[in-house]
Parts: sequence; structure tokens; C-alpha cells
Amino acid sequence: MSTNNVILEVKNLKQFFRVDRKTTTRAVDDVSFKIFEGETFSVVGESGSGKSTLGRTLIRIYDGVAGEVEFMGKKISGKLDKETKHFITTNMQMIFQDPMASLNPRKKVLDTVAFGLDVNKLVSDPVERKNKVIEVLKSVGLSEDHINRFPHQFSGGQRQRIGVARALVLKPKFIIADEIISALDVSIQAQVINLMKKLQRELGLTYLFIAHDLSMVRYISDRVAVMHLGHIVEMGTVDDVYNHPMHPYTKSLLSAIPHPDPDSEKKRKRFVYDMSTIIYNDSHMVQLSDTHSILTTDKDFELWSKGDYSLSLK
Amino acid sequence: MEENRILEVKNLQLSFQLDVGTNHVIRDISFHLNRGETLAIVGESGSGKSVTTKAILGLIDDNGAVEEGSILFRLNKNGKEEIVDLLHSTKSFMQKNIRGSKIAIIFQDPMTSLDPTMTIGNQIMESMLEHKLVKSKKEALERTRNLLDLVGIDHPDKRMKQYPHQLSGGMRQRIVIAIALACEPDLLIADEPTTALDVTIQSQILELIKDIQKKTGVAIIFITHDLGVVANVADRVAVMYAGKIVEEGLASEVYYDPRHPYTWGLLSSIPSLDGKEEEILSIPGSPPNLIHPPKGDAFAYRSSYALAIDFEEVPPMFKVSETHFVASWLLHPDAPKVEMPDVLKKRLNQYSHSKEV
Ligand SMILES: Nc1ncnc2c1ncn2[C@@H]1O[C@H](COP(=O)(O)OP(=O)(O)O)[C@@H](O)[C@H]1O
Ligand SMILES: Nc1ncnc2c1ncn2[C@@H]1O[C@H](COP(=O)(O)OP(=O)(O)O)[C@@H](O)[C@H]1O
Ligand SMILES: [Mg+2]
Ligand SMILES: [Mg+2]
Repeated sequence: MSTNNVILEVKNLKQFFRVDRKTTTRAVDDVSFKIFEGETFSVVGESGSGKSTLGRTLIRIYDGVAGEVEFMGKKISGKLDKETKHFITTNMQMIFQDPMASLNPRKKVLDTVAFGLDVNKLVSDPVERKNKVIEVLKSVGLSEDHINRFPHQFSGGQRQRIGVARALVLKPKFIIADEIISALDVSIQAQVINLMKKLQRELGLTYLFIAHDLSMVRYISDRVAVMHLGHIVEMGTVDDVYNHPMHPYTKSLLSAIPHPDPDSEKKRKRFVYDMSTIIYNDSHMVQLSDTHSILTTDKDFELWSKGDYSLSLK
Repeated sequence: MEENRILEVKNLQLSFQLDVGTNHVIRDISFHLNRGETLAIVGESGSGKSVTTKAILGLIDDNGAVEEGSILFRLNKNGKEEIVDLLHSTKSFMQKNIRGSKIAIIFQDPMTSLDPTMTIGNQIMESMLEHKLVKSKKEALERTRNLLDLVGIDHPDKRMKQYPHQLSGGMRQRIVIAIALACEPDLLIADEPTTALDVTIQSQILELIKDIQKKTGVAIIFITHDLGVVANVADRVAVMYAGKIVEEGLASEVYYDPRHPYTWGLLSSIPSLDGKEEEILSIPGSPPNLIHPPKGDAFAYRSSYALAIDFEEVPPMFKVSETHFVASWLLHPDAPKVEMPDVLKKRLNQYSHSKEV
């Protein structure tokens, strides 16, 4: 974390989806957090916990049903004027999970990467346009030779680099990376993570990094929020969350990470907790330290802080 | 074939015909599987893991051709054992006697193996009835209940009436496993069965697979791109790269004493437990195009440990122990002594295992 300037502040954000007349999915249910300039703030949780909806609501793919979002000192929730929309697209970008699905198969890399420049009418000169694309391709480890190729001519890891290049071409300050490594081989995941770290160092970027896999997240993050059923249930520094987890959901996620160590795996006992015993509607955020907080009820908190998780096992 | 073996793949070479040329996808691989054990086949996407399993099942795509090799399988027919070569068996023989009955497969995406229009119960019973394993509907129902119990699904009678879309992803994979086990196969092939699942569900499915093996004694080939995942289930591990097996050994040998630079790369790219390292070592570049396979050791082009000979000649399998084999010139007696990356060495030292040594 380079400074303590807040770049994004989210207060009581909600985004619901109407399933039918009787049911509504509370995909993001009253979520609040801050992201500091230059840091990587990760959101982890199992599929369906609301991570993508959170990212999409922040970047205004969805409008959000309630809550306030302030980005670089500007309010970006509620009704937006043209200027604010432009402000968001040029400063905030999102990269998606499936590199193939998010790239147009009939478009050359040059046009894919230049897309943001084109729609925002940021360059008029084709030579300048091409040079900008080449520059950004180089920064993600691709080269000039690649500009006239199509997505299917690249490996999964390379396609994800194209996705990163496309987001970077507008020189945003803030990037939402939604499961960008989930579809890649482990060996290639490390490449992409290292690339993201390098770009962050060089360009001073701030990341909201979304993932369901906790093991890679540890490397890239400064702070981590754990999401479950639309709620942030635990939030803190990497050390808080990985070394001193308190919420049973966090504990069960950590305990499920497989280790490449056969002897210890054979002896390992997984942490199990019946999550259905937790009632989030009665819960509130409890601050465990300056940096560490969990969502809990007073009763659960009393037990959990004594290390007692037996209640759920009945 | 040795008495304790159930499967033996010998010198398999297989290619696909494409407009742009011949894709040499499996380039002389050999491995075996003992009764009741789990062999993990690990490698990056495109290394040939799925094609290998398709060859075992006799499901090679039409543009594919076997160039060499044999796949011997110990077929147990009403208590009588005979050895058959699956690679040179007819389609109808495979269909009638092998696939789904003696050898079953589960895939990454449970939905590809499930019929959305059919109830869970009927899908499980279908193959039992087809292979005449049960005499009556009543017997089939009874067996289905037991199977659902075995794969950890409660309220079997209620579940049997449900359709796949009414179940969660983890539950669906359990059903797929139940279907695979319906005919009591001798060999179960699991092709990335947990890759699409959340970690907590993944660990439950891994537990389940282990448990089933204990109870039924089925031999398992477990395919994955992530060495981290199989530490808990594998008895032996075969590491595949660009259509070849580059390292093979007992799990303890491959995890604690890896010798091939590619295995080093795979292990180093798994984030460590303490996460203290600044950078994770990644394997640079990407796997080669096998329409024009590189000369020599295909991994040399991505390896910082490559020797001059790696670019000239394919390394043979060097023997490290009775059970541990490595295809790398680094194991030649005249090769310079090189050590695995420091990061990996440190990490291996931390593991509980090393304390006992
Ligand atoms: N566009 C949508 N319409 C209706 N429901 C949705 C939509 N997007 C997401 N949901 C639902 O919202 C919940 C959270 O989904 P999502 O944000 O995609 O979770 P995650 O990214 O953590 O997997 C899920 O129950 C999902 O089915
Ligand atoms: N029908 C086919 N025609 C041409 N190439 C194929 C065909 N099927 C598979 N391949 C190629 O064979 C290689 C190995 O594929 P596969 O066994 O699926 O890899 P994985 O190790 O990821 O399971 C890949 O390069 C794939 O593109
Ligand atoms: Mg998502
Ligand atoms: Mg495959």
C-alpha cells in the first residue's frame, strides 16, 4: 500500500435481481468497504456469493438498488450525467474471466485492444492508434507481431493478456479483475498474477481482484473481503484473514485449499460448519482490530471469539 | 501383463489429421495401473491427457489415427479374467463389454454427462438395466438407493424423482459419480472432475472419491492440471508434457523428490502455504504446437535448465528408483549437477515429510 488515500468508497451497496413475482435474489446485500490508492483489494467467495454482481454494480453495468459509491472524490452511484459516465470509463476498467468469450473472434488484436480508444474518440490518427496498441501489448508481454492475429490463434494465457491490454489502453487508475485466472492452468495463473503485480508497480494501479480461489489471492492482495450470500462476512489484511480468520465461512474456505504435500494432506482435518445456522439479517459488522472485521451476531461472536464453533455441529 | 496390473498402455502414438497438417498429440507414452490404485495424470491443457483417456475408451475422434502401441486391459467376465487390447478392439465390443460397464468415466462438467430431460433415478438405473446387471426394476431401485447413499446424497427417494437442474453443481457431480459406479466398473477415469467446482465442494468430492475407492476397490485414473489437487488421492503420479510422460513415480517421489524441470515448474507455480514469497515462479511461455513438434526435449524451450543435447535428442526414461522414472538429460551421469529452484527447495523442506527424513 503506497498511500492511505481512499480511491473508492462503498456505502451500504445493494443490488437485487427479481427472479419471479415471489422471489428476489439479494446478490449484493448491504456491502460497505473502502479501497486505498495503489493497493489490491480482493473479494473472494464461492460461486453465487455476489462477487461479479458487486464488480458490475461498481462499474455501472448494473445500477444498484441502494447505496452510495464515491470514486476518486466523485459520486458515481445514482443518476449519472454524460461527464461522469466518461469519467468512469476512462478511469475504471473491468477484465473478465473467460478470455475467449470476452474477445470478439472476428476482430484482430489491434482492433480489440483499440476498442476503448475508438469509442471514446481518444485518437484520430491511425499511426498513433497503432503505436498506442503496440505499447500496451508490449507492457503485457505480447509483441508487435501479434496485432494482426485473431483470438483463436492465442493460448489461454495470451488471450488473458489481450484482455489486460484492452483494459490498460485507456490508462485507467482502477481495474476490476473478475476471475481473470480461474480458467487458466495453474502454471499460467502464476504468469498472469506476476504480470498484474508488475503492472501495478509500474503504473501505480489499484485493483479490485475477484476470485473464488484463495491460494493465489494471497500473493496479489493487500486486503481481502470474504463474501457469502451477498454479504461481506470478513474483511482484513492478508495476515488478518489468512492467519487469524474468525468467521466460520472464511475458516472453511481456507481449510478446503488443497496442499501439494501428500503426508500432511492425509492427516488433515477439514473445518466444517453448518452455514445454515448463521442468520445474516441479525448480524452486524464487529471490528476486531483497526483492519479486521467480521459480520456476526452478539451470540455467535461470544462463541467464536472463544474458538467455539461446535454449535453448528449439533 | 503382471498379475497385479489392470491396465497397461504401451508405446501409444496417436495423431490427428488437420487441414494444416498432422497433429502429433500422443508421442509414445507408456504407463500402467495396478489394481485398486489411483494414478494421477497431471499436465497443462493440451498435453494430451483427455486424448489418452479417450484412447482407453475407444472414443478417438474420426480424424484421429493410432500410429503405434497397445492398451492392455484385464477384463473380468463372470470371474474369468482375460487380457484384451482395447486399442485394437471393435467399436461394438467396446460398447458392449467395456465402456460404461468395466471402465467408467466422469468429466469436468457434470452437465455433459447428464440428460436434462430425465430424472436422476432413471439415469442411474438406465445403465444397470442396459448391461443387465439387475433382474427387476425393484432390484434396480434398491441398488440406486445404495449408490446414492454411497455418494453421500440424503433422501434418495426424493432425489431420484428430481431433474439435474434442480441440483447444485456439487450434487450433480455426485450423481455423475453414482452413474459411473452403477455397473461396478473395475476402472474409473476421472477427467478433471473438480476443476469446475468451488474449493469446499472440491474437497468433498475428493474425499468421496477416496472413500469410494476404499469401499469398492475400483482402480482410478485421476486427471488434473493442478498437482495441488491430487496430493491427497494419488498413489502414483505421471506428469505429461506435449504428448509425453516426462516424470512418473510414487506420489511421495514426485511431490518430495521431483527431478524433471517441468515438474519443478508445476510445483513452484502452486502458491505456497505461507505466501511469503514476493513472486510465484511461473513456467514461462506456452506449450509447443505439435503439428511441428520441437526437436529433442519439447520442454527445453521453456526451461532455464536446458542442456545443448536437449535441443537435439529426445531424452530416454532414466530410472531414479524401482518406481520413479524421469525423461530428462539432466539425469544422465555426465550431465552437470543442477538443483531445483530455491523457492521449491525451501518449500519442500517445510513440509512435514522432510522432518522425518
Ligand atoms: N443478471 C442476473 N439476473 C438474475 N440473477 C442474477 C444475475 N446475475 C447474478 N444473479 C444471481 O445473483 C447471485 C450472485 O451472482 P454473482 O454475482 O454472479 O456471483 P459470483 O460472481 O460470486 O459467482 C447468484 O444467485 C446469481 O444467480
Ligand atoms: N479431433 C482432434 N483433432 C485435432 N486435434 C485434436 C483433436 N482432439 C484433440 N486434439 C488436440 O490434441 C491435444 C491434446 O488434447 P487433450 O488431450 O484434450 O489435452 P488435455 O491434456 O488438455 O486434456 C490438443 O492440442 C488438442 O487440440
Ligand atoms: Mg462471478
Ligand atoms: Mg482435457
